[in-house]
Amino acid sequence: MKTSNKGTTFLSAAVIAGGLVATTAHAQDTEFTIAVSIPAATHGWTGGVVYHAQEAERQIEEAYPNIDVIVSTASSATAQVSSLEDLSATNELDALVILPFTSEELTGPVEQVASNGTFITVVDRGLADPSIQDLYVAGDNIAVGANTAEWLVDKLGGEGEIVVLRGIPTVIDDERIQGFTEVIDKSDIKILDIQYANWNQDEAFTLMQDYLGKYPNIDAVWANDDDMLLGVLEAVDMAGRDDVKYALGGNGMKQVIEMVMAGDERTPISTPYAPSMIASAMFMTAAQFAGQAPMRGSFKLDAPLITPENADQFYFPDSPF
Amino acid sequence: MSSAEIASLPESEGFRIRWADMAPFIALALIVLLGALINSNFMAANNLMNVITRSAFIAIIGVGATFVIATGGLDLSIGSMMAFVVGIMIMAMNSLAPQIGVWAIPVGALVALVVGSLCGLMNGLIITVGRIEPFIVTLGTMGIFRAFITYMTDGGSLSIDRSLRSAYRPLYFGDFLGVPYPVIITVVVALIGAFVLYRTKYGRRVTAVGSNSDVARFSGVHVGRVRTMAFVIQGFCVAVAAICYVPRLGAATPTTGQLWELQVITAVVIGGTLLRGGKAHIWGTVAGALILEVIANVMVLSDMVSEYLVAAVQGAIIIIAMLAHRFTSAR
Repeated sequence: MKTSNKGTTFLSAAVIAGGLVATTAHAQDTEFTIAVSIPAATHGWTGGVVYHAQEAERQIEEAYPNIDVIVSTASSATAQVSSLEDLSATNELDALVILPFTSEELTGPVEQVASNGTFITVVDRGLADPSIQDLYVAGDNIAVGANTAEWLVDKLGGEGEIVVLRGIPTVIDDERIQGFTEVIDKSDIKILDIQYANWNQDEAFTLMQDYLGKYPNIDAVWANDDDMLLGVLEAVDMAGRDDVKYALGGNGMKQVIEMVMAGDERTPISTPYAPSMIASAMFMTAAQFAGQAPMRGSFKLDAPLITPENADQFYFPDSPF
Repeated sequence: MSSAEIASLPESEGFRIRWADMAPFIALALIVLLGALINSNFMAANNLMNVITRSAFIAIIGVGATFVIATGGLDLSIGSMMAFVVGIMIMAMNSLAPQIGVWAIPVGALVALVVGSLCGLMNGLIITVGRIEPFIVTLGTMGIFRAFITYMTDGGSLSIDRSLRSAYRPLYFGDFLGVPYPVIITVVVALIGAFVLYRTKYGRRVTAVGSNSDVARFSGVHVGRVRTMAFVIQGFCVAVAAICYVPRLGAATPTTGQLWELQVITAVVIGGTLLRGGKAHIWGTVAGALILEVIANVMVLSDMVSEYLVAAVQGAIIIIAMLAHRFTSAR
C-alpha cells in the first residue's frame, strides 16, 4: 500500500542499534532501573499492552543484564498515581515508561517523578504538559481512521452507504472518527449512521442488529476496533445480509489478523493501533541507558494497512489480544 | 406446598392489585407505539424478533433478581458472575471437546448451572451467616468475579472450540415454530419463577421476609435459609442466561456482562417489584427487560437525538416509566 513504513523501520533500526552497542559495551557494572506503569488488563487492547510489556521486560533484562525493569499495572487513574508514588518511594528510578490512564490526572504525579531527574517516556495518551517528557511514543489515531477510509473509498469506487460504530467517548475515539470522516466526506459515500458501542463486543452486536433493521442497504461497516468488529460480523451473519461487502475494524487483534491472512473477503484489511507500542517505547528507553544512543523526541508509529502480504509482522500468536 | 392460602385471598383486593400490576405492560405498549410512529422499520418482524431475543438475558437474570430483591436483598455481582460462569463453561467445554465431541455442550451447561448456583450460595451464605449487608458482599464478589474472568482471559478473549460452534449456535440463533430458543427459555424460566413465587410455601416466605423479616422470624420462618435460597436461585438464573449467551458471540471477554447488574435491577424495579422488598412481580420483570431493550432499539432507529444524548433520553424514559408506575400503584 501507499502508506510508508518509515516510522516502524526507524524504530527497529534504533532498537537494533541500541542492542548492538549494549552487547559490545556492557562492561560497566552500572545498574539502571526502569519502571513501567501501564493500565491493568481490563479489555482486549490493554490485555495486549500487559502482554507486550512483560515480553519486553524479559527480553530487555536478558539482553542488558545491568538494566532492571519493573512492570506495574493499575486499574484506574487514581491507582496509577498511587503506584507511581510507591515505585518512586521504593526505588531509585532512572527511567519511567508510562502509558497514562488519563492525561490531566497523571500530569502532576509524573512531573513529581521527573523532578528527581528521572528520564520520562510517555506512551499513547500524552500528558497535559509535553515539556515533562523526554521521549514520546504513540500510534497515529487519525491515520487509523484516514487510512481505512481511503481504502474503503477506493474499493467502493467513491460511492455507497456505510455505517460507523464508535467506541467510548475519548480523545482516541474522536481522532479516529475525525480521520475517517474527513476522508469519507470528500467522496460520495454517505455515512448513514454513527453511534456508540463502547468498544464492547456485545453492544456492537446489538447496535449492528439495529442498523441492519433500520437500513435495507449497507455497503460497508467501519467498527473502529476489532473487539467490536467481531460482534458486527456475528450480527451480519445472523441476518444473512450479503449487501454488506466490507466490515472493517482496527487495532490488530489476533483473530482479525488471522482473517486478513486467510484472505477473508469481507475483512481483507485491518489497521494497527498495536499494543506492542509499549514494547517499542521500552526498548527505546533501554537504548538510552544501554549504549550511546540518546533518545529524545516524539515518535509517531504509522498506521499502515495490514494486508495479507504484511500481516505476519503484526501477528503475535501468543498474545491474548 | 399448598395453594389453599393463595385461593383464600379476597377477590376484590386481588383485582385491585392486578390492575396496578398492569402498569409495566401499559408502559411497554406505549413505548412500542412510540417506536412504531418514529420508524416504520420498528414493527418489522425481524427487528421485533431481534429485540425480544436480546432481552432474554436481562429477563432470565431478572427472574432470579426478583427473588433476591423481594427478600429485601440486592445482588450487584450478577454481571461479573455471568462473565465468570461463561468463562468457566467455555473452559470446561474446550477441555472436554477432544474426548467427547459435541457432548461437551450439555456437560458444559451442567457445569455452568452448578458453578452459578454455588456462586449464588456463596453470596447468600456470606450475607446470612456472616451477617453483612448484601450490598457490600455483592460489591465485593462483583470485583472478585470480574478479576477472575480478566485473569482467565489474560485480558483478551476466551473463545469456544471451533468444532463446537456450529452445533451450539442454534441455541441462540435457532427457533422452534418461529419462536427463538432464548425466548422459549425465558418463558419457561419465568413460568417456573412465577409458580415458585406465587404458588409455593417458599414463595410466600420470600415476600414475607421482604416485607418484615422480624415478623417472619417470629412466625417461624427460617429467614436466613429463605434469603440464602433466593441468592442460589439468582445464581442458577445467571447460569441459564450464560448458557444462552455463549452461542451468541462464542467468547468471554473482560467486558462480558459489564453493568448488567444495573440493567437487571432497573428491569425488576420498573416491573413493579419493590426495591425494599415484600412485593414481587415476575412477569413485570420480563416486561421491564423488554422496556429497556425496546427503548435502546427505538433510540437507534430514530434520527432525532444526537448520539451524545441517547443515554440521557433513555434515562429520562426510565424515570418517567417509574413515576407513572408509582402514581398508578399508589392508589
